[in-house]
Amino acid sequence: MIKKRKPKLAVWKFASCDGCQLSLLDCEDELLAVADKINIAYFPEATRAVVKGPYDISLVEGSVTTRHDAERIQKIRKLSKLLITIGACATAGGIQSLRNFKDVREFISLVYAKPQYIETLDKSTPIASHVHVDFELQGCPINKRQLLEVISAYLNERKPNTPSHSVCIECKRRGTICVMVAKGISCLGPVTHAGCNAICPSYCRGCYGCYGPMETPNTTSLSSWFSHLGVNEENIVRTFRTFYANAEPFRKESEAHTAERPEVSNKKPEYKEFM
Amino acid sequence: MKSRTIKVDYLARVEGEGALYVKIKDNTVVDIKLKIFEPPRFFEAFLRGRTYNEAPDVTARICGICPIAYQMSAVHAMEDAVGVKVDGQLRALRRLIYCGEWIESHALHVYMLHAPDFLGYPDAIKMAKDYPDIVQRGLQLKKAGNDLVALLGGREIHPINVRVGGFYKVPTKQELFPITEKLKWARDAALETVRWTAKLPFPDFEQDYEFISLRHPEEYPFNEGRLVSNKGLDISVHDYDNHFMEEHVQYSNALHSLRKERGAYFVGPLARYNLNYDRLSPLAQETAHSVGLSGVCRNPFQSIIIRSIETLYACDEALRIIEHYEKPGKPAIEVQPRAATGYGCTEAPRGILYHRYSIDENGLITDAKIVPPTSQNQKTIENDLRHFIVKHLKLSQDQLTLQCEQAIRNYDPCISCATHFLKLKIDRE
Repeated sequence: MIKKRKPKLAVWKFASCDGCQLSLLDCEDELLAVADKINIAYFPEATRAVVKGPYDISLVEGSVTTRHDAERIQKIRKLSKLLITIGACATAGGIQSLRNFKDVREFISLVYAKPQYIETLDKSTPIASHVHVDFELQGCPINKRQLLEVISAYLNERKPNTPSHSVCIECKRRGTICVMVAKGISCLGPVTHAGCNAICPSYCRGCYGCYGPMETPNTTSLSSWFSHLGVNEENIVRTFRTFYANAEPFRKESEAHTAERPEVSNKKPEYKEFM
Repeated sequence: MKSRTIKVDYLARVEGEGALYVKIKDNTVVDIKLKIFEPPRFFEAFLRGRTYNEAPDVTARICGICPIAYQMSAVHAMEDAVGVKVDGQLRALRRLIYCGEWIESHALHVYMLHAPDFLGYPDAIKMAKDYPDIVQRGLQLKKAGNDLVALLGGREIHPINVRVGGFYKVPTKQELFPITEKLKWARDAALETVRWTAKLPFPDFEQDYEFISLRHPEEYPFNEGRLVSNKGLDISVHDYDNHFMEEHVQYSNALHSLRKERGAYFVGPLARYNLNYDRLSPLAQETAHSVGLSGVCRNPFQSIIIRSIETLYACDEALRIIEHYEKPGKPAIEVQPRAATGYGCTEAPRGILYHRYSIDENGLITDAKIVPPTSQNQKTIENDLRHFIVKHLKLSQDQLTLQCEQAIRNYDPCISCATHFLKLKIDRE
């Protein structure tokens, strides 16, 4: 019998907090078993060893914010049979895409004394704005159970079982009483992608949308409910502009509540650099 | 004239993206750069115009490894601004969740990032082939820390339950109790970890550092205390900006933090231990003593032992807090924003993390400053490498490069934090 080659996994990092790739190391009970089935070929956060590509699966964390990274993702795509983005930064641009609503030059001079040393693009963009992505796993941070499910699904050539309904369904399943109905707490659950298992409402807190928009979310209706609850326009804007600020449904909803509506394109990153 | 370059283009087993470049000429180090090419994300800029109660959740996203540290520094700074003090069991719960983060972060570094250097493996997974029980112990110890964070915070990474004034929901004693057995196991595992790390081979390397950490009148420091050093610093957190400055160097996207008129300093487990040994629990002190450590340790390579002792302490302290826990009447105390500036400094696993916010009367942030531990250690890491390389020039290129990397990992650098930081390159001419 011919011994089956272990599939090669690579983990890549762009602008991010490292939390999503840490989710793999956080699979304390499963990590050694996973490493037994797959060859962790490139994963600098965990190992010095580098096995050359091509790779069967690339997990990509983080958003594209520099010209160098915009070039790097093209090379990674060429090296990867399957490219899976993990987390809000890689799938939507992340919290750092708040720059997309402002002038980044102003941002640089606020943080750095010598702005001329900083090289950055004016927008933070998701990986799918640059290359074809085979699967997007949502969350800030991703759920490690879902990560294992996605890796396992691709290893077994089946579709990952990651529901695309809203956080509301997860609350109902857990038996959490609706915080918006019962307590008047504003909650993004009705428009937010499932995956976290509705943690926030179970801690008496409204969902803050860290798994991004679900499929076809009715954000307009939810905003008007927020208004009923006494949330002012500025806070509605802030509610939609956090970890998925740049995801189209959330971006559009936030822009509908601002006086000025800046031109922000999700699809076409501009390679304007500020040196 | 003989010269040589050591370069590491992408430092492994650190959090975030960095590189090292060292140029050696006639047996002296002529250039050394700890480069941080992690792209900047501009947190301090986009915090402006956000509300004061968003700061803990937003700043948590600076670092997936130590989100609790960001949340704790943020809430303490905001509470300082609005003039409230969180006390009693709510304060104890904050210490408890911080214990969880120290256990999780320290176990990750000791077993998965640092130990492979001492034993000659590229990573913990390959190490597990020869040391399966040890790696398993490390993973389960890490898990105990993560479980504690998840129990109080809702999840391990970017927990959701911390707010200005306290928590969204506090556990009952019955809800906390089941983790006791796991923490008792973790305390034993941490004790074994101290004994195991103490037997690792350490290079003889001691420097005259200025250690800086918090110091509290009664406790080993997490959230409160004065900023002290072994060289006479003793200030309130409010005076931080008068004593420290940040320098922007061309090769790094992380600002270098320096003590005004003095330069480099050292934060993290080694600093805390040297300045607060007398505040450790009796078990942690006895264990340190049993492996031959006094209350002073100046060898950064031995930081792996100190991290293990702190892990032991965190387990011990967590058990103490749970034993004395009674559910507080309210999960949070009420907070009314006012125009003010607030200061917060807490002990992240990697060292002091300073936050300063100005807010207006509506609670909107008008100014934010965040100084993470790794940007404070950058200069000291460069100094260590400078001294270390000169002593070890006879080593082969591969061996010297590896030991330079190990010297960097002594500090458990978190580059994601430092840029809100690393790559190794050594030039030998």
